[in-house]
Amino acid sequence: MRRLLRASVFPVLVILLWEITSRTGLLQFEYLSRPSDILLAGYSALRDGSILLATWQTFEAALFGLLLAVLVGILTGTMLGLSATTEKVVGPTIEALRPIPAVAFIPLSLLLFGFGLPMEGMVVAYACVWPILIATIGAVRGIEPRLLEVARALELPFAARLWKIILPAALSRINVGIRVAVGFALVVAVTVEIIVNPRGLGYSLILAQQSLRVDLMYAQLLWLCIVGYAINAALRTVKMAQPAIHVGGRL
Amino acid sequence: MKRQALLLNLSALLFAICLLAIWQVLSDLHVISPVFFPPPTRALSELVSRLSDGTAYLSIQSTCLRMLFGWLCASFMGVVLGAAIGSSRVARDYLEPTLEFVRPLPASAIIPVAILFFGLTNQMSIAVIAFGAVWPVLLSSVYGFSSIQGRLQEVSAVLGLSRAEFLRKIAIPSATPDILSGVRVSLAISLILAVVTEMQASLPGIGRDIFMAQRSFRSADLYAGLILLGFIGFSINYALVAFEKRALRWRNPYS
Repeated sequence: MRRLLRASVFPVLVILLWEITSRTGLLQFEYLSRPSDILLAGYSALRDGSILLATWQTFEAALFGLLLAVLVGILTGTMLGLSATTEKVVGPTIEALRPIPAVAFIPLSLLLFGFGLPMEGMVVAYACVWPILIATIGAVRGIEPRLLEVARALELPFAARLWKIILPAALSRINVGIRVAVGFALVVAVTVEIIVNPRGLGYSLILAQQSLRVDLMYAQLLWLCIVGYAINAALRTVKMAQPAIHVGGRL
Repeated sequence: MKRQALLLNLSALLFAICLLAIWQVLSDLHVISPVFFPPPTRALSELVSRLSDGTAYLSIQSTCLRMLFGWLCASFMGVVLGAAIGSSRVARDYLEPTLEFVRPLPASAIIPVAILFFGLTNQMSIAVIAFGAVWPVLLSSVYGFSSIQGRLQEVSAVLGLSRAEFLRKIAIPSATPDILSGVRVSLAISLILAVVTEMQASLPGIGRDIFMAQRSFRSADLYAGLILLGFIGFSINYALVAFEKRALRWRNPYS
């Protein structure tokens, strides 16, 4: 309780000061609307559902990209992690792609897919695949060798080996990469929307700015903070819950 | 053993060349559309010609300058704020929750606000970069300054060090490794945001170049820009890792 109180002192002070100075006319900024107006704009956007729709569109693209990244990252990572030779041969080519910032692929993705969900999802997938890939390579390499020997002795086909042995044993470490990727996904999705893609939260943000609905713009910014914070909090609880789930994967 | 390593390196090179060659042949034969996937040789020759006639340097220079200025602002703010917050328990209690709340905000979401305040200018770009890149430095330096070993603090108390001396002789060296790793992450973010703002506000730079190439379907140009960006991203990371190793030599004297 006291922690919450202390935490709220600074933001409450800033907001009060902001409200008072803008009401008394001490501070005349066209581009800073009053906190009360921002709240009102946010409330009406929540009530007519526009902000929720935009959030869903952003989430949709982020999830699509994330799923793609998980699939590609885990499959490629497993192959590279299982064989050191493959990793040495294929690794440098993959490594050469890594320093290219994901946002640089926005024009290329737009060229290939046009506006819409696939284009955004591909950029998100490119950004998210790296942490998953790296975590998977490390995780698969760290699997107890006896487990792989068992798989070989049982002559399991590759799919069964992946599903029954490798994934359960490596999942807890792959999860670390996936958690990082979840954080990337939202950021990249919003960025793509701000730059080109006419859908989702990023686009409604830039639209509010271009139509000079400054209050709505700040309301959406606040909403983005809340969404981001909620995702982070959710990830933290997943992290705490994790060990209980994955004890079974260890030898 | 050494021969084997050489063989592996050679085959890695061969693998990359094979991939590019397949791409080249498929694109030349129009199996994959050269509009979207131009032959690699065309992208390369585009890159070479833009480098040799000098048009590329202007873009490289403005992107890099943008990135560096934003990064310097972010690093400076991050270290100063981080030191202030990290070395005081009270400041941490009052400010950290607010920072945690604002941190997950995508840096690019601040672009509309920055455009309102600064217009489509370089200041806008720098402000966005500084805002986005400050977080890794800030958080890592808060961590670095707040996790100074208790024993070191006792030592400084025993020696009767003043606050400035404590900062210079104990706090900063002990926080440097954390700060440096944060600074490296924020340089990568700076490059990303430099490209983003160039695309959004049509400021000169590689970001605008590839965007324009896409708009006019000059896909070879687009790939040339991607190669260039990858090269810049690689070299800044390489430079900072090398610097980090040098600056932190004192940590492992036996290596």
